Amino acid sequence: MQLLTMVIGLALATALWSGVQAINAEARASYDQAARALGETQFTQLIPEEGNTIPTETFVALRRAGVLVSPLLEGRLQLDDENYQLVGFDALTAPMGLVPNEAQQQVDIVSFFAPPYQIIANPEDAGRIRGLTDATVIAVDTVSPGVLLTDLYAAQAMLVRGDEVSRLLLLPNQPRNGTPPDLKQLKLVARSPSQGNDISRLTGSFHLNLTAFGLLSFAVGLFIVHGTIGLAFEQRRGLFRTLRALGMPLRMLLVLLMVELLFVSLVAGGAGMVLGYVIASVLLPDVAATLRGLYGAEIDGTLSIRPIWWAAGMAIAVLGTAVAAAGSIAKIIRMPILAPAQPRAWALLSERRMWLQGILVLALLAVALIASQLQGLVAGFALLGGLLLAAALALPIILSLLLFLAQHLARAPIPSWFWADTRQQLPGLSLALMALLLALATNIGVGTMVGSFRTTFLGWLDQRLASELYVNARSNQEAEVLQSYLAPRADAVLPIWNIEARVAGLPAEIYGIIDHATYRDNWPLLEAADSVWQRVASGDGALVNEQLALRENLHPGDSLELPGAWQTIVAGIYSDYGNPNGQVIVGLDALVKRFPDLQRQRFGIRIAPDKARALARTIRDEFGLPAERIIHQAELKSFSVQIFERTFTVTAALNVLTLAVAGFAILTSLLTLSAMRAAQVAPLWAMGLTRRRLALLELLRSSALALMTLVLSIPVGILLAWVLLTVINVEAFGWRLPMRLYPTDWAWLALWSLIAAMLSAAWPAYLLSRKPPAELLKVFANER
Amino acid sequence: MTRAAVLTISDVWKSFPGDTGPIEVLRGVSLDLPGGDTLALTGESGSGKSTLLHLAGALDAPNKGQVSVLGHATHGLGDSQRAALRRDHISVVFQQFNLIPSLNVRDNISFQARLAGRGAPEWCATLADKLGLADHLTKFPEQLSGGQQQRVAIGRALAGRPALVLADEPTGNLDEATGDAVLDVMLYLVRETDAALLMVTHSKRVAGRMARRLHLRGGQLV
Repeated sequence: MQLLTMVIGLALATALWSGVQAINAEARASYDQAARALGETQFTQLIPEEGNTIPTETFVALRRAGVLVSPLLEGRLQLDDENYQLVGFDALTAPMGLVPNEAQQQVDIVSFFAPPYQIIANPEDAGRIRGLTDATVIAVDTVSPGVLLTDLYAAQAMLVRGDEVSRLLLLPNQPRNGTPPDLKQLKLVARSPSQGNDISRLTGSFHLNLTAFGLLSFAVGLFIVHGTIGLAFEQRRGLFRTLRALGMPLRMLLVLLMVELLFVSLVAGGAGMVLGYVIASVLLPDVAATLRGLYGAEIDGTLSIRPIWWAAGMAIAVLGTAVAAAGSIAKIIRMPILAPAQPRAWALLSERRMWLQGILVLALLAVALIASQLQGLVAGFALLGGLLLAAALALPIILSLLLFLAQHLARAPIPSWFWADTRQQLPGLSLALMALLLALATNIGVGTMVGSFRTTFLGWLDQRLASELYVNARSNQEAEVLQSYLAPRADAVLPIWNIEARVAGLPAEIYGIIDHATYRDNWPLLEAADSVWQRVASGDGALVNEQLALRENLHPGDSLELPGAWQTIVAGIYSDYGNPNGQVIVGLDALVKRFPDLQRQRFGIRIAPDKARALARTIRDEFGLPAERIIHQAELKSFSVQIFERTFTVTAALNVLTLAVAGFAILTSLLTLSAMRAAQVAPLWAMGLTRRRLALLELLRSSALALMTLVLSIPVGILLAWVLLTVINVEAFGWRLPMRLYPTDWAWLALWSLIAAMLSAAWPAYLLSRKPPAELLKVFANER
Repeated sequence: MTRAAVLTISDVWKSFPGDTGPIEVLRGVSLDLPGGDTLALTGESGSGKSTLLHLAGALDAPNKGQVSVLGHATHGLGDSQRAALRRDHISVVFQQFNLIPSLNVRDNISFQARLAGRGAPEWCATLADKLGLADHLTKFPEQLSGGQQQRVAIGRALAGRPALVLADEPTGNLDEATGDAVLDVMLYLVRETDAALLMVTHSKRVAGRMARRLHLRGGQLV
């Protein structure tokens, strides 16, 4: 039983950890693959000092000056309903390694340069876009999902971009006599390949969150392993003492025990890796959807088996076992050969141990306090880890005090014994209960965070998506005609014109808006200067989203530099959930004046809600506009909510798995303890308590402990939610959220936890209720 | 005048399953034990002493024959009725003491008496005093010596003033001097409570202290 418990505990711990790592590795491999295709990880890049584009003349000038550069043009291309990242490159100057080898073998160089051109895409995307474009589509396995590669000129044509490129790759082998280019004069800046790509940086927080969850699950699993090893070693203490007394050297005993542990950890680790692979395969599609929805990052939906992942997983299983066994091994080293056996010594939570645990709790709280004063996501997780571990370690102390109190309040003999005995069982169950506390607190904390996020997000969507219809015309000209057509038919037409740019060194969007009550009445402003809307409308001020404001420490009244040497003042800050990028809102006229070539295809329509559908139908009929280009507010909201829900699917799944591991920890602890329970309950049976009553008391004990743990987990969970909302979210995503409490959810969690605890206790209790008297009598047998 | 039997065992047979078929442990054992009487049951290891004690204590049921305590036949009783019989009328002192580790000395002594609804704090205090445990009432079993633990077990057995006290090698784990002291106080208290005492022992010296002695051999009384 103990062996099985240990194998399952370690396998579960390894599975959850390695599953998360597999997802992270797959996502990172996809980012790297995408970045490699864009030359970001291999080559120094020259990017525009301001704005988003480099004139082709700059490229030509550099080549003429003998500098070996290769141009790239990137942009979003919409085909059917899907958005793709189109990358145009110049095949003649492109460095080796930019384009996958398989692509080079399959591409016909003549067709590549000449209309209708060729597009290289990953097989899934290739299947999807065939027929949607005139270009010949070539499927290549190694191209990242969502990325389409084509000739530079073809890309310029498809993206309707003039004579411009996005970046220049500086080739590694430059001519020796060449003079370094004057980047300042060319208004370019160099970005080294080591600076990483934008997607890696943007998604870093998401993966760190996943890693933290994986680590938590691993820690919960290790609690099981630690408890099992401790108990197994304690029960064999007599045997070890005998072996030592018979002359077995301590070293040999330790080597044998370590070999045994190594063998078990390898078997359990292997099983855990297989389970982890299954978990990762199941969760990966949701993670892919989350990353696409939240960050626009495309990752492959299928999982590859990487040798490094296997090696790391097995190593963590062995290492985890070593950590879990360290205390027990140390006890054996210190064990005196002739000391009398104390079979129950392990179960006695001595006053000294309580004190030590109390000191550790205070030390962890001090760590949390220090971390709370520091900045950054790592400090945030240190705060979180400190608080959670302190709460877990404090649990047995608090429970012991509560049980002591209950025992002394009880008057009748059975309740008095029940509480006293429960207190004595506490050390054997405390690791499982600590795991349960962590899982419950995480559940409450994450549930509160997601719930608060959902409520805030839905309210925010209502504010933000105020227009009844959203239209995306096929061209600027069509948009202009449509606006003229709609002007007399709608309450208002609100242009949504924007440019993509780099603000404060990172990708951002700059939107232009007109002065309208829709914004004044609905826009979710967090901070604002006086006359904020007048300032924006007149072009004297800009609104920035919360992410950008937090990152750059911007407040109303601060100056803000926008591309094109545009200096403006921050007039207000607004919430912008779900967007990883910076966003700036300026007056439409000011934006058009500085960026006359901006895309003008999108606009919102304000109209009485009951007339919206009819108007949409009229636009479709009159202009032949495809249905997907006219979106109802309700559809957009439902789409946004859908993305939101998928974002937290992984979190919810890991939440449930962690809770399941904790439930398993209780079951295994009870089963392990049940083997020793006979000696403790047989005297009570002999004194007149029935086996059935004793079994019911066992059930009641598990329920009482689970209930107490649950009650204690609520404040811990709320504290966790507070840290997640005010520290982790701000550091990871750049937005603050108000905290809302959901007592009904806690009631449900309490119910499920009680059911789980009772189910965990049911089997050992059933075994006790059916234990034959002969088995119980063995406890009293003299000739044992 | 002959006193009524507290324990009556009539033609009791008991076997346990073995590798090569059932092993007959008791074969037609009969005895009577009136209140106030003390009986020593001796025999070799494996002779069936403990099995007979367990049958007398309604802890187990015979395959054949009848065991009655205060006129209540134990066969045919359900689990809960048998438990009630044990709780209200029978106490057992085990060789391994089998105290409740989570309760202190005071609570261990009074436990079964309170369970039977006969908890009398004064009587428990008297018992603790007579057993030399007055200074150890707040200690836990693990903090006591073997002799002290056995005295707690005796106190527990007598606190509810049961009709029948069963003792299974109560001094088997103690040295001679401690064993004698424990036995002295046990016999004194049994007399005080007018209980019937059935004691299983290997020791002829201990058996010699009882009013009656019976020897078991091959599952039969000789």
